[in-house]
Order: sequence, then structure tokens, then C-alpha cells
Amino acid sequence: MAANYDYDEAPATYDDANRQELGYDPNFVPDSVKSFVVHLYRHIREKNVYEIHQMYEISFQKLSDRLFKDTPWPSVDAVAHYVDNDQVFCLLYREMWFRHLYARLSPTLKQRIDSWDNYCSLFQVVLHRVVNMQLPNQWLWDMVDEFVYQFQSFCQYRAKMKNKTEQEIALLRQFDQAWNVYGVLNYLQAFVEKSNIIQILEQEKEGIEQFTATDGYDYSGGSNVLKVLGYFSMVGLLRVHCLLGDYQTGLKCLLSIDINQQGVYTSVIGSHITTIYHYGFASLMMRRYVKAIREFNKMLLYIYKTKQYHQKSPQYEQILKKNEQMYALLAICLSLCPQTKLVEETVNSQLREKYGEKMARMQRYDDEAFAIYDELFSYACPKFITPSAPSFEEPLVNYNQDAYRLQLKLFLYEVKQQQLLSGVRTFLKVYSTISLGKLANYMEVDEPTLRTILFSYKHKTHAVDSDGKIISNADVDFYIDDDMIHVVESKPVKRFGDYFLRQIVKLEGVINDMDRIRLE
Amino acid sequence: MVRERETPKQQQQVSYTVEQLVAVNPYNPDILPDLENYVNEQVSSQTYSLDANLCLLRLYQFEPERMSTQIVARILVKALMAMPAPDFSLCLFLIPERVQMEEQFKTLIVLSHYLETGRFRQFWDEAAKNCHIVEAVPGFEQAIQTYAIHVLSLTYQKIPRPVLAEAINIEGLSLDKFLEHQAANSGWILEKGHGRGQLIVLPRNEFNHPELKKIAADSVPLEHITRIFPILG
Repeated sequence: MAANYDYDEAPATYDDANRQELGYDPNFVPDSVKSFVVHLYRHIREKNVYEIHQMYEISFQKLSDRLFKDTPWPSVDAVAHYVDNDQVFCLLYREMWFRHLYARLSPTLKQRIDSWDNYCSLFQVVLHRVVNMQLPNQWLWDMVDEFVYQFQSFCQYRAKMKNKTEQEIALLRQFDQAWNVYGVLNYLQAFVEKSNIIQILEQEKEGIEQFTATDGYDYSGGSNVLKVLGYFSMVGLLRVHCLLGDYQTGLKCLLSIDINQQGVYTSVIGSHITTIYHYGFASLMMRRYVKAIREFNKMLLYIYKTKQYHQKSPQYEQILKKNEQMYALLAICLSLCPQTKLVEETVNSQLREKYGEKMARMQRYDDEAFAIYDELFSYACPKFITPSAPSFEEPLVNYNQDAYRLQLKLFLYEVKQQQLLSGVRTFLKVYSTISLGKLANYMEVDEPTLRTILFSYKHKTHAVDSDGKIISNADVDFYIDDDMIHVVESKPVKRFGDYFLRQIVKLEGVINDMDRIRLE
Repeated sequence: MVRERETPKQQQQVSYTVEQLVAVNPYNPDILPDLENYVNEQVSSQTYSLDANLCLLRLYQFEPERMSTQIVARILVKALMAMPAPDFSLCLFLIPERVQMEEQFKTLIVLSHYLETGRFRQFWDEAAKNCHIVEAVPGFEQAIQTYAIHVLSLTYQKIPRPVLAEAINIEGLSLDKFLEHQAANSGWILEKGHGRGQLIVLPRNEFNHPELKKIAADSVPLEHITRIFPILG
């Protein structure tokens, strides 16, 4: 699909008119920009990954802040002759151009469509030609991340049909392939397949391949682009599936990445956070609360320790936003599935500070509680989309909230089903044994109803994991013998093994220190 | 429409191909008819594939004009039969709200609600009122009874006969027969309760017998020990 450089190829007179309309000259190239593209082009040709990264992360930001605060960068046609009209560089430049546009300005429909065309051209090159480049992981991640983001943005935009102009509707009808959900998913899938990344990761475990050890970079003269795009596309697929509400498939797409270990996904902070955020959210919707709590806890601790190093980075705001959202999701998980030992001290104190009061109210399961669940879910959830093409029939409506409303409704439905469990938990904590009759009395229900509550408690606190096994999430558990309830206290498990290992290493350290002193 | 009865071998070939399609080429509108056939396949041969059904629901999401509510209803019934797995809600996440408002889906949602909240008596009553929905899928009754027994096994060490009867919707002589079968094959023990009828002792597991809970948390993986070999050696 050829890139559509419509308004750039127009004759000079149109440009003049355009300039007046746009308020800036797309063909004016400041010296600093000329210098930027010339150097970036050279570094890419010479595969100087470090320099590329510096220019991409820092120089581009600096120039954007200084010269292009609220205007786009110069058009690609204006800079093309500085870089030998190199097709691939121009596609990469355009990719950055559009990303800057989306971040600082509001893209028009035409620009959205053009951006899609650019991605198609760029991806076709990577998928079907031998590309001899090494690009920094940050850039490759940003490409996938931005691709999915622009897709999400387009779906939201398209779903607001009510105030669309005639021109916009005509364009939407004409370019119905732009940001088509099949196209988006198939590109991501194509990257995963063509790069053979799943097999590479498998073989890495057996020691036949090297990928994670080199952070995905190719030190034998090849290119890292296809492999790393394939890798990040797995995270991209997880994200798209979450936007569609298909959590099971989303998690399946991530199977080849072991989130209990470091990997290429942790080499870029944005990728690390996006992976864990969506993994946690999908787990929450699949009722695997303990899994979600564990992952959110680890991620939040990591952000707490490392966010100072990202203060100057363009991703800083996003990092903070996702941080807050994950605290909200953690609050939800812990309210639905109380656990005592899973959350780190630091994270716990932050959580209490932000949501302590709200969590107490959520456990009451009254109307106010549901309002809080609603509030937190709405704040923290992904921006769900309706992937199908719009209806052009009158009356035109806005349906951009439909997908979100459905997910919220089903989530609150699940919360409501757990309403009575909180009451049972309180009583179970107080008694070691109690007859069904007595407990029914205290809870002001009849025995059959109490039985249904107890069944529900057991069912809701025993989740089915990805292997089909049953795992108990219950912090307080029980069993019934005829008509007698026996409460089971979950004892904190003393990890003797770990303790001994640590002490052995410590002692060895002390002895080594002592030896060193004697020698001196 | 008359469909030629496929030989068992042909049937096996069809499902193998569909599973492959879902794994290799899921984002493809052309496989929609295959997936729909596969749903009917699952119903008639009492098999189940969540991934294939989710794939179909996604395609319906992408092209709502091609959605068949009959197929969707069958998918939901199969998902219900997969309990305690959360498959039913996973499917609902992909079905538009206005479709969920239709009568047959409202009924299925109510049935799911009863099962999720342990209301077995209400479930069986409602299912009886809607036998056209549930009898359309063979194996439904047994699947739900299996789920009910699963929940009972999490909860009870010894369960009074009436409670069991209500949960699995079997009474009288049929229940006697059922209990005999379970005693012979699944390790159930039938006891005489103190004056109030039968007590059924369910098999021991870590959920109704906490002492059986494996202290797995304290096992140390070998890789951790290897780290201190230099010290020990």
C-alpha cells in the first residue's frame, strides 16, 4: 500500500494557501533539523545503536520542545533530499512525525489514514525485505506501542459518529481498510510468525539460541529489527485483545514470555509496565486475583525504586499514570480477595495512603461500595473499543462508550455476586467451630440460604488456573461435617529452606571478611 | 437441511484442522463457517474447545451482521458446562449488550448466576422451565452435576443426603443407584447419620481436609541449592 503524500505533493500555490491555513510552513527545515536527520541517517547506516538511541530519545525531544511545541515537524518531502531520499529512512521519519503529531496536536481523519498507510509501508518493508539495521529497543517498542495506540484512538474517534462532517463520512467510507481490526491483528501476528520469535525463545531455553542475553541485539552482523518487533508484537497482541475484552486469548499471546524473569520486555520501561499492567488486568477479569496481586505488587515496587531515573524521559508521565492505575487495580483485587502476605511493605503503605479508606468502604458491599468499585474500575481500565465498522445509517450515534460499559457492567455483576462473602468471612474469623443453624441465626438468613452462601464462598475463593487446577485463594477457609462448620486457620508458612540458604551465604561472607582482615 | 453423516475419521480430521486454524490463522473472516460448524460438532460429539469458540465470538464482534444467535447460545451452554472454569463470563465479555438482552440469553445468564452463587435448587427449577435450551445440548445435566459435586467436595467432609440430592437434582431410587455407583467407583462412603438419615462421606482432598494441604511453599528448588555448592564444597 503506497503512502499517500497527498497534501505534500501539491503545487506551490496550494502550499502558500496551505501555509496560511496551517499557520506554519511544512517545507521549512531549520538547520538543527537538517543536522538531526543527516546525523540520524548516518548513525542508522553505520549501525551505531547507542548514538541512534541518544538522538531518538533526547535530541528529538529537545528539538520538539524548542521548535515544534504545537506544530508538526517539517514534512518528509522537505528533508528527503538530505538523506539520499532513502525510502526506509523516510518511512521511519514519517513514523516519528506522526507520533509527534498525535502527542502534541489533534490528528485529522486524513492524517490518521496517512499514518496507517505509513505503518503499512514500513511494516511491509520489515516483513518482506532484508532490512540491515539495528535499532534501539526503545524505538522498536515505541513503534508497536504507538501502532496499537493509534488503532485504539481511531476506533474511539470512529465511534463518535454524531458530529461527523459529510467530508469525514465520505473519507471513512472510502478508506474502510484504514485501521481495520483484521489488518492490525494480522500485522502483529505476521511479526510474531515471520520473526520466528516463539521458536527462538524456546531454543534459547535449551541453549541453542541467544536472544535475551544480548537484549535482542544481533552481534553477528545481522539485524535486530524483525526479531524484536516480533517479540514486542506479542505484548501488542495482549494489549489489543484486552481492548476487545478477550482476556484468555490475550494471556495466551504472552505465553512465550516468562514474566517471572527478566527479559527483553524489561529492557524498556514502557514495555515492562504495559506488559504487567495488561497481564494483571486480564488476570483480574479472569478472577485470578492472587496472580494479579503478585504481579502488580512486583511492578509497583519496581517503579517505586526506579522512577527517579526516568524523570527526564518523555515516558515519565505515562509511567506515573500507569502507576496510579495499578494501585487502583490492586485495591480492587485485594478488596475482592483479601490476602495478608502478598504485598510488600512499601507498596502496602502507598496503597493504604491512596486507597485505605476506599478499600474499607468497598468491603461493606453496600451501594456506596459499588460506586467505589465503579469509580476505580473506570479510572484504571484500558480504553475498550468496538472493532466493527460503523453504521452510516441515520440517525448517527456515538457508540464509543459501549465497549467500556459492557466490561464495567459485567465486572460489577461479578462484584455483586461476591456481596455476601464478606459477611461470612467476618464470622469465620471469629469462630473455630460453629453449627450451620447458629451461623444462619447470626447472619439473619435461613439454613438453605446459608448453605448457598457457603457454596458460593468456596467456589469464588477457589480459582481455576491456566492448567485447569484448582487453587485456593481463601485467607480464611472452612469445611463442613454434617451440620458443623470447622474453620481452618491458614498458618503463615515458615520458609525454613530460604532462611537457611540466606544464613549460609551470610556466614560465608563474614568468614571471608575475617580472613581478609587477618591477612592485612 | 440434510447434512451427510460424517464417519468418525472424517470428524476427527475436521476438528484437527479447525484447531490448527485457530492457532495459526485466527484473524481471518473466512474461517467463520468452519468455526460455526465446529460449535455444532462440539455439541453433538460432547467435546469442547474454549479457544475456538472465543475465536468465533471475536469474529462476530468484528462483523456483527454475521452473528448467529443460535450458535452463540450453544457456545454459552457449553461454557456453562465447563464450570467451575470462568468460561461463561469470558464469552459474555465478547457479546454485545443488546444481544445479551434477548430472552434466551437472559435466561442463560440467570442460570449462570444461580450456579455461581451456589443456588442449586433454584438452578434446577429454572432449567426445568427452560428445557428447550438445555436439552438442546447433550451432556448438560451430567456436566452441571459434576460441577455441583465439585463444589460439594470443596465444602463438605460429610454431607447429609437431602443436601446432596438438592444439589445434583437426583432423588429416591435414582439417587440410591447413583450413590452405589459413586461408592463403587469414586471412593464415596455411605454412613448412617445420627437418626436423621444418610450421611455421605466425600473423598478427602486438600480443600475439605486442610491437613492434606501440601506444604509446597517450603520446598526449595535445586537451582537455589546449586548456588551454595561453592561454599559447601
